[in-house]
Amino acid sequence: MRELLRHPTGLAGAVLLAIIAVMTIFGPLIAPYDPQQFHPLSRLQGPSVAYWLGTDQFGRDILSRILTGARSTILFGLGATMAGVAAGGAIGLIAGAIGGAVDSLIMRLLDGLLAVPDLLFTLLIVTVLGGGSGHAMLAVAIAFMPGLARIARSTVLSVRTREFVLAAQARGESPAYVIACEIMPNTIAPIIVEATIRVSFAIMLGATLGFLGLGAQPPSTEWGLMIAEARQYMFRNPICVAAPGVAIALAALGFNLLGDALRDLTDPRGRR
Amino acid sequence: MSAAYLLRRLAAILIVLLIVSLTVFSITQILPGNAAVMILGEYATPAQLQALELKLGLDQPWYIQYWRWFSGMLSGDWGVSMRLSQPVAALIGEAFWRSAALALASLATVTLIAIPLGILAALKRGTIVDLVIGLFAYVGTAVPEFVTATLLLVFLAGPDRGFLPAGGFAPLSEGIGAALSHVVLPAATLSLILTAHIARQVRSEMSDVLSSDYIRAARLKGLSERSVVLRHALRNAMAPAVAVISLDIGYLLGGILVVEEVFAWPGLGRLIIYALQNRDLPVIQAATLVLAFTYALSNLVSDIVIARLDPRVRYA
Repeated sequence: MRELLRHPTGLAGAVLLAIIAVMTIFGPLIAPYDPQQFHPLSRLQGPSVAYWLGTDQFGRDILSRILTGARSTILFGLGATMAGVAAGGAIGLIAGAIGGAVDSLIMRLLDGLLAVPDLLFTLLIVTVLGGGSGHAMLAVAIAFMPGLARIARSTVLSVRTREFVLAAQARGESPAYVIACEIMPNTIAPIIVEATIRVSFAIMLGATLGFLGLGAQPPSTEWGLMIAEARQYMFRNPICVAAPGVAIALAALGFNLLGDALRDLTDPRGRR
Repeated sequence: MSAAYLLRRLAAILIVLLIVSLTVFSITQILPGNAAVMILGEYATPAQLQALELKLGLDQPWYIQYWRWFSGMLSGDWGVSMRLSQPVAALIGEAFWRSAALALASLATVTLIAIPLGILAALKRGTIVDLVIGLFAYVGTAVPEFVTATLLLVFLAGPDRGFLPAGGFAPLSEGIGAALSHVVLPAATLSLILTAHIARQVRSEMSDVLSSDYIRAARLKGLSERSVVLRHALRNAMAPAVAVISLDIGYLLGGILVVEEVFAWPGLGRLIIYALQNRDLPVIQAATLVLAFTYALSNLVSDIVIARLDPRVRYA
């Protein structure tokens, strides 16, 4: 942790994420107004002392909406990634540890799925399940699965022939023990790195789904949805779309920077 | 690169298509409400539904339906759109070339900007130039396409600033100026993330190469800096750069969905979104397959290019 804060990229990421974390946890408490409250007399206003980031087409306070929207946007990214890591990690672990025909079959399947762009895959699943945050989150998790499974498998393969694994096998430990106690702990670091970077993709995908009307639904203040709702009025008050856009970018940037720093720190070969 | 290798790669693409087609087919199979309901609407009588199901072969088991559809795809019979009542092949064919034009314009922009930026950053390592490019690269990869698109629209295509058209498509027959002006914003949007990502990769490849022994040897030999960078270093950094670009084509194909929707560009992406919104199954199935095929094929092409660039790469 201390090493991370000494790393310039890591420090920048940590600071950004600290701000985002405060917004996610305390957002609704520190928001100056009710995010759904209409102020009909002050619609589409620019920044002012009363409304720091101005107001939207209904006179709702943009700052308050962003502060409350952090929760749905960030939790979406974290939730989708964690589900994808759990499912993809399990598949990759099993494929890599078992090997042989099972492994090749699973890898062929994953290669096929990787040929469909993440966003299209997500859209297909959301179309089947129906829109809404929960379904969108599940869809992103499923779309992430093949890529994460591949990474998990390749780390398993690099660990599988190391001495400590062979030693455990020679001791006569059960395959389940070898996978759970010897192989898995050593694949965690690369997966955490990948997962951290994926959170930023998940946040961007989630916001894109919200924007297309297939993710979070009104009256949610999810940032992508905010942009979609304000689009008609964007020429009259650009902050309506710019503020949530910047918020999405900062959140994605935070996870990107942190992930890169973690990669540098855990993989000595990657240091440049 | 042998003919056998190429054949094997093409066979692998066929397998990928088989898997994608099975996935897409099963996804569309579990879509609520079958095709007959969708065509006739919710108020059709059971007798009408049954008659149409019979006609469409929906009473057959799934594998027969699947085979009928997949063999149709291979033989060029892609079915008829449920909503647009036009042959799917014609719809996709027309949309595909518009998307290809957009994608190629973006790729060209990315290549022309990202590679020099990456080289510049590597040459000026540790200076303010490197820092600025690095910062741009980080920020660029963190902005989703729909945000870039919306912001570009606000600042460059607003009613009082109308520099550029806010959307739509103009064929070359309307003049090169009109065609280009419509491409600028969508292509710029698609280019941002890719430029940022590729510049970063080129910088790190180039830094590695520049600190290698053979570059030191070339410098010691007294070659000009220009010749060292362009002839010796760049050549060796190009193969990995092409590999990254080819992987990024996946992002590009995904980005096209959003960008075409925002800018009303009548390409494959917009067609897919329309088909998804309207549950137009034949279009969804065929378009997804076309997109996956394009991606798989572009990966093969880039592998061939990499083999040409880097003589050490041998495919047996």
